[in-house]
Amino acid sequence: MEFPEIVKQIEAAFPEAAVSVDDTAGCILIASENWLAVAEYLKTDPGTAFDALMCLTGYDRGPEGVLGAAYNLYSMEHAHKLEVRIETPRDDSTIPSVAHIWRTADWHEREVYDMFGITFDGHPDLRRMLLPDDWEGHPLRKDYQIPDFFHGIPVPKDKRGWE
Amino acid sequence: MDFSLVNRYDQDNVVVGKLDQLINWARSGSPWFFQFGLACCAIEMIAAAQPRYDLERFGIMPRATPRMADVMIVSGTVTLKMATRLKRLYEQMANPKYVVSMGSCANSGGPYWQHGYHVVKGVDLVVPVDVYIPGCPPRPEALLEGLLHLKKKIREETPLRKAA
Amino acid sequence: MTTSEAIRKNFGVVEAEEMVLNMGPQHPSTHGVLRLKIRTDGEIISHIEPHIGYLHRCFEKHCENLTYPQVIPYTDRCDYLASMNNNHIYVLAVEKLMGLEVPERVEYIRVIMAELQRIASHLMAVGAHGLDTGGITPITYTFRDRERILDLFEYTCGARLLYNYIWIGGVSHDLPPDFVQYATEFLDYFEPKIVEYNRLLTYNKIFIERSADVGVLPADVAVNYGASGPVLRGSGIDWDLRRNDPYSIYDRFEFDIPIGTGEMGTVGDSWDRYFVRVREMEESVKILRQALARLPKDGDVHAAIPKKVRPPEGAIYFRGENPRGELGFYIISDGSPKPYRLKMRSPAFVNLSVFSEIATGWMLADIISILGSLDIVLGEIDR
Repeated sequence: MEFPEIVKQIEAAFPEAAVSVDDTAGCILIASENWLAVAEYLKTDPGTAFDALMCLTGYDRGPEGVLGAAYNLYSMEHAHKLEVRIETPRDDSTIPSVAHIWRTADWHEREVYDMFGITFDGHPDLRRMLLPDDWEGHPLRKDYQIPDFFHGIPVPKDKRGWE
Repeated sequence: MDFSLVNRYDQDNVVVGKLDQLINWARSGSPWFFQFGLACCAIEMIAAAQPRYDLERFGIMPRATPRMADVMIVSGTVTLKMATRLKRLYEQMANPKYVVSMGSCANSGGPYWQHGYHVVKGVDLVVPVDVYIPGCPPRPEALLEGLLHLKKKIREETPLRKAA
Repeated sequence: MTTSEAIRKNFGVVEAEEMVLNMGPQHPSTHGVLRLKIRTDGEIISHIEPHIGYLHRCFEKHCENLTYPQVIPYTDRCDYLASMNNNHIYVLAVEKLMGLEVPERVEYIRVIMAELQRIASHLMAVGAHGLDTGGITPITYTFRDRERILDLFEYTCGARLLYNYIWIGGVSHDLPPDFVQYATEFLDYFEPKIVEYNRLLTYNKIFIERSADVGVLPADVAVNYGASGPVLRGSGIDWDLRRNDPYSIYDRFEFDIPIGTGEMGTVGDSWDRYFVRVREMEESVKILRQALARLPKDGDVHAAIPKKVRPPEGAIYFRGENPRGELGFYIISDGSPKPYRLKMRSPAFVNLSVFSEIATGWMLADIISILGSLDIVLGEIDR
């Protein structure tokens, strides 16, 4: 199926779900509260049959903007793809977890939580993935400040002597 | 022989030298390193141990645990999460122990010095380093030279005086 | 019957106090700085939890602060066993975002390098898997041949391990004189060596005992977890992005896609994953022979390199087949010379997430074999 057909099908099944559709990029923005139902539909409906979640990316629209997650879906059966984006306000960022639908999302959601601080509701084990448990802040946010010390080890490069 | 005992009496099978030198000779003969790969440099470290470069001809062998090893080759980027573990591994090694910092990352943070919020900018902030090997990654030949420098350094030590 | 079932049948369900065992981050068989927290019931693993991040080098943060061409050396360092493939796929992603066409000769050179790198990476995986299961000899043999590939790379671009060779719009150097001849000589030398590996390791009784029927990954679990590359193909799924979602010029070559058949045990066991890699080397040799024969003689490899790399605003997800599986780059561009956001979908990260699923219920010694068959590279998992 081509992108417009997939969008039409989603809009028929969930009239309220799609916030905006970007035809050139092939991506659809879905309201956070509808995402779980849409995801289940996309996986199980024989017409769409998105059985593979290729990639899950977190992003930050700047210190004033929203946080978001982009899901790149692919159907191995029909060989079509779709990008779904969910956006969530910065101060209270929550997205429903889809880890039980696509197991790929399990670790990727933990990584997005680690890097952006987006909470995934219903995730079985939401902990930091890459950084130590006692790390402060979420480094890929655009307003992140690198700490001076971590457990007594200086973090920024000491440039005395060569600058 | 490459060790410099002062006098040699070959016919009588008697060697006269300082005890320091004897200890150094024994120590520098087989600085076994500790099979501990961190990042890209670890692949070159493995390559150095393989037939083409053959580290074992210098008596240098990989060991699996820190308790058996004399040399720790820090082969790659040390991160903040790893730094505490690295320190503990260093403390587990028996004396005398040496550290070789292999590659730019271990020397100074390497290509990650500027924006690396999770990278230690040089392993010498965590453990004392004896030999630095430049390169990103250093070639196996460079690692060989670094280890030969380490052997030279061991031979110039004065272990008995240090103890006193 | 699997090993754990056999034990349960012979000894019954042994109720013992559970023990938590920590493996790594320093362990000779974890292929880097992976830490496993293993809960065991006697010898049998009841739960396993990988802890990663000991090599988190802030790749994505660096990308946001560097221009597009400056990112290429960092992609090298992510998966240091498959640097050329990483360069290739990243560069193709940026080119697609910019709508850039590259000369024919450049495409061929890139494919030649990518396939040589695939062989080199699989040689490392095969040798290391042998080493993990207790055979020290195979890795010395595979490294002997890997060094010859590295010589070819060094002859081309001067570097042994991290190349920064494939650039946006071209490659850094044209092929040196007589490269085609040397590469063909290497292939003639290398092809019989695969038979040697098979005799030495693949059909070795001890190796089969250690890896056949161990760590079976069923096909539906593999798809649901998003596993890719030899791990997915080992489970019997005929799926390769070079054919199913062709990129670059891979649609012009003829090659087969080896899949796991359960020759020694069950489909999707460690041995199948291992053997898929061995057979993929044969297929890479096939692709290389075709590419070397058809390599266009003329063409400036620097002709299409843009002066300024400023992709238009937009986002793209581009993926390709790395030796470990589906390597993807998700790039958001805001029209500036630096990526606004760059995410690397690393195949080993996803393949490792299957690990706790397939290792549960096996003996402690089996996890080494399973981990070896997954062929992880920590630089890419932690980025």
